[in-house]
Parts: sequence; C-alpha cells; structure tokens
Amino acid sequence: MDPRRRIFFRKLPFVPAALAGLGACGDEKVPATAPAERSPAQPYAPTFFSTTEWEFLVAACSRLIPADEHGPGAIECGVPEFIDRHMNTPYAAGEIWYLQGPFLEASKHFGYQGRLAPRDILRVGIRAMDTACASAHDGKRFAQLNSTQQDEILQEAEAGKLALGDIGAKVFFDQLLQETRFGYFSDPKYGGNRNMGAWKMIGYPGMRADYTDWVGVRDQPYPLPPVDLSGQRG
Amino acid sequence: MANVRPKVDAVIVGMGWTGAIMAKELTDAGLHVVALERGPDRDTQPDFAYPKVVDELEGSVHRRYLQSLAKETVTIRHGPTDTAVPYRQMGSFKPGTGVGGAGSHWSGCHFRALPEDFNLRSNLEHRYGRRIIPADMSIQDFPLRYEDLEPHFDHFEYVCGTSGKAGVIQGKPAPGGNPFEGSRSREFPLPPNPNYLGAEMFYEAAHASGYHAYPIPASNTSAPYVNPYGCQMGACNFCGFCSDYGCLNYSKASPNICILPVLRMRKEFELRTLAQVLKVNLDKDRKRATGVTYLDAQGTEIEQPADLVLLCAFSLFNVHLMLVSGIGTVYDPQTGKGSIGRNYSYQNLNRVTLFFDETVQANGFIGIGGGGAVFDDLNGNQLDNAKAGFVGGGVIWARQPGAGPVRGITTAPGVPNWGSAWKRGVKEAFRHSFYFEVQGACMSYRDSFLDLDPNFRDAFGRPLLRMTFDWHDNEIRMSQFLVGKAREMCKSLHPKALKGDAKKAGDHYDVTQYQSTHTCGGAIMGSDPSQSALNRYLQSWDVSNVFVPGANAFPQNNGYNPTGLVGALTYWSARAIREQYLKNPGPLVHA
Repeated sequence: MDPRRRIFFRKLPFVPAALAGLGACGDEKVPATAPAERSPAQPYAPTFFSTTEWEFLVAACSRLIPADEHGPGAIECGVPEFIDRHMNTPYAAGEIWYLQGPFLEASKHFGYQGRLAPRDILRVGIRAMDTACASAHDGKRFAQLNSTQQDEILQEAEAGKLALGDIGAKVFFDQLLQETRFGYFSDPKYGGNRNMGAWKMIGYPGMRADYTDWVGVRDQPYPLPPVDLSGQRG
Repeated sequence: MANVRPKVDAVIVGMGWTGAIMAKELTDAGLHVVALERGPDRDTQPDFAYPKVVDELEGSVHRRYLQSLAKETVTIRHGPTDTAVPYRQMGSFKPGTGVGGAGSHWSGCHFRALPEDFNLRSNLEHRYGRRIIPADMSIQDFPLRYEDLEPHFDHFEYVCGTSGKAGVIQGKPAPGGNPFEGSRSREFPLPPNPNYLGAEMFYEAAHASGYHAYPIPASNTSAPYVNPYGCQMGACNFCGFCSDYGCLNYSKASPNICILPVLRMRKEFELRTLAQVLKVNLDKDRKRATGVTYLDAQGTEIEQPADLVLLCAFSLFNVHLMLVSGIGTVYDPQTGKGSIGRNYSYQNLNRVTLFFDETVQANGFIGIGGGGAVFDDLNGNQLDNAKAGFVGGGVIWARQPGAGPVRGITTAPGVPNWGSAWKRGVKEAFRHSFYFEVQGACMSYRDSFLDLDPNFRDAFGRPLLRMTFDWHDNEIRMSQFLVGKAREMCKSLHPKALKGDAKKAGDHYDVTQYQSTHTCGGAIMGSDPSQSALNRYLQSWDVSNVFVPGANAFPQNNGYNPTGLVGALTYWSARAIREQYLKNPGPLVHA
C-alpha cells in the first residue's frame, strides 16, 4: 500500500465514511489503466461506476466490512476497485444466468426472477437507494449520511423493509454484500484483498493447495502465511 | 437442411462418466464411436493445472466448470397446478459441462447401493406390510439385484482407484469397514485416506453413540495408483479444491484421467466438443432412432446418423432429450399413465456445523472431496422404519471437501452478516469449525415429475425441462429424525455452538440453497413398460436402439451419492449391449 493511503486510512475512523477511499473524487470518469501500469501513488479510477455510484459503493463497503481491531476493512483491501472491475466481466453481464422472459412473480424459494444481470442489479439498486435516502434525509444521498444512518438503512434493506421503486431492497442488498465479500476474499489479482489482508485475518493459507503434511497435526495452528495465485507470499 | 455426416456404429451424447464408460466398452467391442459433448474439451493440463484451477472466484462464482444456465436450464415449481419459473441462478444443484462433465467437478464419494436399496418396495412391504407406503408414493424395485451389479461396482472402483475399507468380503465380515454393506468380491483398490480432525472426532462421537463408523469410500486416491486401463493417478494432497473444480493432482477419479487417456488414442473413437445435441432423430413409427442432430461450434446444424444412440448427458438432460425427441410416452400425473418424466427424486441433505474455540485446529481449508467418516446404522434394514415413522433411511458423515472464504464461511448462531461482529465471527469460525451432514434418501411420488415447460425456451429454441418437486411429509420426518440423531451425537464433542436444523413441517423446496447435485429419476428403469422408461439394461422400452444410462434410471434415490451406482449400471448396460444386443439388435427384454 502506498504511504499516502496508509496515512489516509489511519485517519479513517475520524473522517466521514463517504470520503474514505475516494481518491480523486469529484472528477469525471477517468479512462481505466491496467493495475500493472498504474503507479502506486495513483488512486483507482472506476470505469464501470459513475462518480455518484462510486461514492455510494465506497460508503457502503466501508460499513459492510469496516476497518477495526479484527483486521483490515473493505476499503483498505480495495474492495470497491474489485467490484468496479468485476462489473466489467461477462459474469456480471449475466453470462451464466438465465435472463429470458417471461418474468413471473414467484416465492423466494425460486430466487431472483427479474430481468437484471448482476451488474444492473447494483446500478439500479444504488440509484434506488440514493433516491430513498434523499427522500428520507433532506435530499442527502447515502454517502452523505453519517455511519449510524447508513447502518440503519443497510439493515432495513437487508430485512427487505426498505421500499425501493425499481428493485427489491433485499435482492440489491444481497448482491451488494456478496460482491463485497467476493472482493474482500478473492485473490488479489482481481483488485481486492490487498496484501492478502483478509486471508491473514481469518488464517487462510490461500492458494497453497497442498496440505499432506498437516492433515494429522492437531496441537498447533497451521504455521505458514498465505500465498496468492501469482506466487506472492503474505 | 442439415449437413449429414457419414453413419457410425454408435453416437454418444455427453462425455462424462457414462459417456466415457460406454465409449471405452463399445470401442473395445470394435465399434466406431462418435461422442458429442456440448462443452469444451478439458484435461488436467492445461485446464485443471495449478495454480490456475485453485481460483475460487473462477470456480465457485463464475462457475467456469459448470453448465451456463443462459444456454440450458430447467423450470421448477412445487406442485402440478403451479406455474413453473426458471432456475435462473445456480443454487440447489450444479450440473457440469465439458469433457468429464459432473465427473470432473464432483467430490469423489463413491458408495455402492445397499442390497435392500434394489428391492425397496417389496422389502418394505415384506417387513412392515403394504400400509407403510403412502398412497401417493410411487417407489419401485430396481429390475435387478445387488448381486447382478457386484462385478460392475467392483470394476468401477478399480477404474477409479477408490480408497476405502471393505466391511464384508465374500460374505465374511472384515473389521474396519461397513458391517451392513453388501458383500464385496474383494478389498478396495487402495486403503483409506488419513483423517482430518473432523473425521477423527466423528469416529469418537459415533463410537460414543454406538454407531459403526467407517471410512467414506473415496475416489480420491490415498496412494499412487495405476488402474486396469493403465491410467496413472497420484496420492491426494488435500488441496481443498474438489467440489466445483477439476483435480490438479491426478488424484480425484474422473473420466478425464481414468478413461479418456485410453480413448483419445483409439482411432475408432472420435470426440467432437462444443457439439450441442438438439434431438434424437426417429423413424416414422418412432420405434427406431436414426441418429442425432446437433449444432457444431459455429452453429451449423449437423445430422449424425448412427445405429446406436447412447444418451449419456446429465440425468436431467437425458430426460429432456427424450421428451423433445418424442421417445416414449410423456408421464401424466393425473392418469398415472406414460413413463417419460415419471418418478423424479432428489436427495435429502441437511448440515450441522460444530464450532469450537481457537485451540481446536479444524482447518477446513484442508480438504478432500470424498474422504471422511460415515455410518449406516440408520440406513437400509438397520433402521426400523415403522418405529422411525418414515420410509427410507440415510447416512450421517463427516466430510471436508475444502473450505475457502469466497465459497462462504458458516458463522456461529447469532453472528450478523456484516459489520465488525461478522468479521469477528468469520475469524473465529474459519479454522475452528467443521460439519457433519445427514444425507437422507428421497422417495418418488406421483406428483414429482419432469415434463416440458409451456412458457420458457432454451438458447436453442427448445422448451425447457420443467421440474415439479417439493418436500413430502415422509422426507421432512426423515430429516427431523436423522438431524436429531446427528445433533445428539455432536453433544459428546462439547462444541461451543451448534448450527443447523432439520426441515420443518410445511417447508418447501428452496432452489436458491445448494443442497445436492443428485437429481434422480425421470427416465427410470423397471420391469413394466407402463411404469418405466427403460428396461433392466437401460434400453428404451419404446426405441430399442437408444440406451439411457445415468441417475435418471433410479426409480427413487437412496441415502448414498449416486456415482458408484451410475458407473456400475453403465458397465452392466454396456455388457448387455456387447454380449447380447450387438449379436441380435432389438429389445433385450420382452415385457
């Protein structure tokens, strides 16, 4: 992690959640640069999400997986970057979902029956959440609320109690939480889980994929740090 | 107008376990075989090579090795008067695609069925009287006995390098194995794998409860091995990427490493991948198949004539192909007539997770798909069904196919799904919890069946297969009984928390939660053509040059994983084709 960011995150508990991790916030969308080409000092510029959507995402991720005494938070681990990059994959465009109509109502036992692909669920849901926040909180978007208010709204969405016009609040929340967890725990090559921070927190050895020597060991914790797909050791 | 290819002796639809077995047996007999696989070709190198394959995002989220539902899926409803909706996102079951099929991304649990699983209905009637079987339950005896299949169970285990411990060899008890199993002709090809902590504690708890635990027969090799075909396997290294993944280590048995290395060298065998079979072509009377029509990788429609058509797709899609091709008569739940789609059944899976403090090194990331411990004290004839209050039994086991955080971390009761308390919860659970599972049988019923959906189509314009299925009281009582026993036995291990409940009365089938890929029935084998789609050799009653091996042939599902039985049935069917059918093509059974 670059030093500037480290200082920034040390201050994280004291700054409004909405600002955390924004980097060059407020700018228009900047063309993507591949991570390898990006200098470490250059913050990530989203290519899928608009500035407003990005602000929502950063704010939401920092509540879903906050930085605390247990380990790094979603922002520190680069989860918003993961999600932005993940939204540009065929998976997020609905490659493996059946998305043909007709679209019928069905009980929750049958899963999401709407016509949105994963990335559209996020996009439509973010807009709907911001609209819901604005009408409840004097025109403020989600990212502009304080963390207590943000938590309350996320809890309502999770419980499906929030009425969002275009999408079920729980459908959106579940997709958002899932993407946040994917970003937190996936291999660092996808942009999240920086420095294998999430793996270290839970004690996951990552991609070692060979435990013959440890199957029968009972009296001590697994001793090796994680390794990622590129061969880096944590 | 389709392009017509030169006629071949046999065309095989699908290159998973059943397709590979059929291709091996029929090329052994000198037949020219063309295999059509809808997915890509796959092999250990390069597709399952380390480190590429151990990528949770690719394997368990993008589901690189599984079927894309965008192309083909099913619709599902709970009852015959409901409107079905598509299985849009993969959840409850996970069919594979590509060479190896589900046989490349399975776990490796390799059971035989019990002798009493074969004559389930008559055995129950004999033991308890006819009234034990509810009126709407449509279970049937298999049209063959355990003894008929024993040589084929045995052979398939030796092809797979199955690691385990026999409990009965040639009628004599053998210590350390399952004392309740059908007699084996010999010991397993390899000894059991070593135990991880969860399996070790399972033995302890099972022993304390008086159960007879034994090693799960695992087609994850415990030592280097060369199978009867000369294919080589290496000892499993507990990498933790079994279910959803191909094996990086030549350890988990698959068509790719156990059979295809031989087939690929045979000039009588031709494998065409990215070949999507659309239908079986029939003659005017619908009594004889003339071949199949498929789309090649470019989308060109090709007709492949053949003398023999072997439907070796995943069980659900075998039934789909029969329905869209017009083979046999469609089952009608109102009248009880017709046989294609009849007796769809599933698996009654329930999980109990045990949480311990940080001194207990469970290390769930250390994984082996089929390895672990299990007991049969509540399965088959060991269970008093009249006393238990339901039909069918099940097994309880410890399994640890490999945990990873993207695949999900089960947290202790009361832990929220996000925030600091969630972080603490995953941190505490990840290395210090494991689970036991109850795998119950699933009976078949008049109102559980497969047919074609009137509203939804696949990417090729065909109606989707429609599944009508829900939990019945019998399976809910079974779940409650077995989960109760599992929870009881966990107590002796003193976990700090326990999570996982049985199904409750009135619970409905939830397709969003992964349970099991053991989808069974729909084109079942039987002795009466009015009650079954296939005869005892898996030959279509209606179109005698079509054979349909797979779990689709099970009249109902037992408490075990199906692959051992599927493999054995396929070898049994292949032998009948070689020794009887080829000499005198036509129906092998005259009903």
